[in-house]
Amino acid sequence: MTTSPGPTVVDFPRRTPREPLPLSQYAEHRKQNGLVQTHLPNGRPIWLVTRHEDVRAVLTHPRISANPDNEGFPNVGETMGVPKQEQIPGWFVGLDSPEHDRFRKVLIPEFTVRRVRELRPAIERTVDERIDAMLAGGNTADLVNDFALPVPSLVISALLGVPSADRDFFESRTRTLVAIRTSTDEERAEATRQLLRYINRLIVIKKKWRGEDLISRLLSTGKLSDEELSGVLLLLLIAGHETTANNIGLGVVTLLSHREWIGDDRLVEELLRLHSVADMVALRVAVDDVEIAGQTIRKGEGIVPLLASANHDTEAFGCPHAFNPERTERRHVAFGYGVHQCLGQNLVRVEMEIAYRKLFERIPELRLAVPEDQLAYKYDGILFGLHELPVRW
Amino acid sequence: MRVTVDSEQCVGAGQCVLNAPEVFDQDDDGVVVLLRAEPDERDHEAVRTAGDLCPSASVVLQED
Repeated sequence: MTTSPGPTVVDFPRRTPREPLPLSQYAEHRKQNGLVQTHLPNGRPIWLVTRHEDVRAVLTHPRISANPDNEGFPNVGETMGVPKQEQIPGWFVGLDSPEHDRFRKVLIPEFTVRRVRELRPAIERTVDERIDAMLAGGNTADLVNDFALPVPSLVISALLGVPSADRDFFESRTRTLVAIRTSTDEERAEATRQLLRYINRLIVIKKKWRGEDLISRLLSTGKLSDEELSGVLLLLLIAGHETTANNIGLGVVTLLSHREWIGDDRLVEELLRLHSVADMVALRVAVDDVEIAGQTIRKGEGIVPLLASANHDTEAFGCPHAFNPERTERRHVAFGYGVHQCLGQNLVRVEMEIAYRKLFERIPELRLAVPEDQLAYKYDGILFGLHELPVRW
Repeated sequence: MRVTVDSEQCVGAGQCVLNAPEVFDQDDDGVVVLLRAEPDERDHEAVRTAGDLCPSASVVLQED
């Protein structure tokens, strides 16, 4: 089968230190055809989807799959040196309905608006403890490594029921996973193995001594095998860690120059949209010939719906590059769209809200310790974020 | 305005509960529960937002 002719061919991904989130390129694509045919560095042809309307259409299309086992799936991570993620049992972001739904339905009760509200005191305690530690350490800190990364890791530990004595171990291994600049592929693979071993041991312990935690409750449902449960837990850990951390770090930078909004409960939603840290996470492949935006995408062609591009589409958001918590357009796709939309989104919202509020409440003198144009943004990984964030007070 | 929900299709994202808590809730399984099939006028805008944001198209509105 021949590949349908694309109007524009560009390199992808084209993120640079100067433009770690290539919004000006995306704007060009949206203006021209919306749909752009290009290829990954390994030569695989893919379609970039850049308009808000089309991104939502792709993510809800019944013949467009999230399963990396399908021929032509665009494994963006692989082209960036990330080892191919073998399909592990319970890794349900890589499954389509109806197989996917069995896992999602078991997990939904753990992430309802009400359940997340119950977690607030624990999240507030975690955030306070990290701020205490920063304040005790002097008047400077790296807000990424000292705050943004540990907070979500510790919150997930608490949610899963990791005993307090093990949380430092847990946190240090999760930190290795995201340190793409300072750790090797082998170190990251080893950290994953250690975490998986730890998770498996935790499952054995929780089977004997049930507690008030997510693992115990999932065990009680009897709906997942041990192998599936362990895959699900690793997924929750990985999906909820760096994404949340990047949102916290980038959000602080934006808020430092928009302090007048601190305390406004609309700012979280706007920061999620503005930074769109998971821009190219929602990878898909057509499993039939499908039509998107008047263009035929052939069976077996990879599709990359660009969430940041959708969230900066002027058709969906007025002055999209501006930080404006008062905007009334609420249709951002920072958490994706369709049945795979982020399961932990309500947890992330609460973590962000508490993190910003407490930071600026307890350290009102907080400011950058380097000029803003010298901040080290991640342009070499899958997610958009900051490598570090030097601050002082 | 009349609202219907599809609890089979619901993926429990909670967007409806966040945006229109007077009209929607989640049960113990995290699945959407409709509190008011004919919401008050003052909730209409929030319900429209909920309908638009629902990732699985499980909230369906019928405007009068």
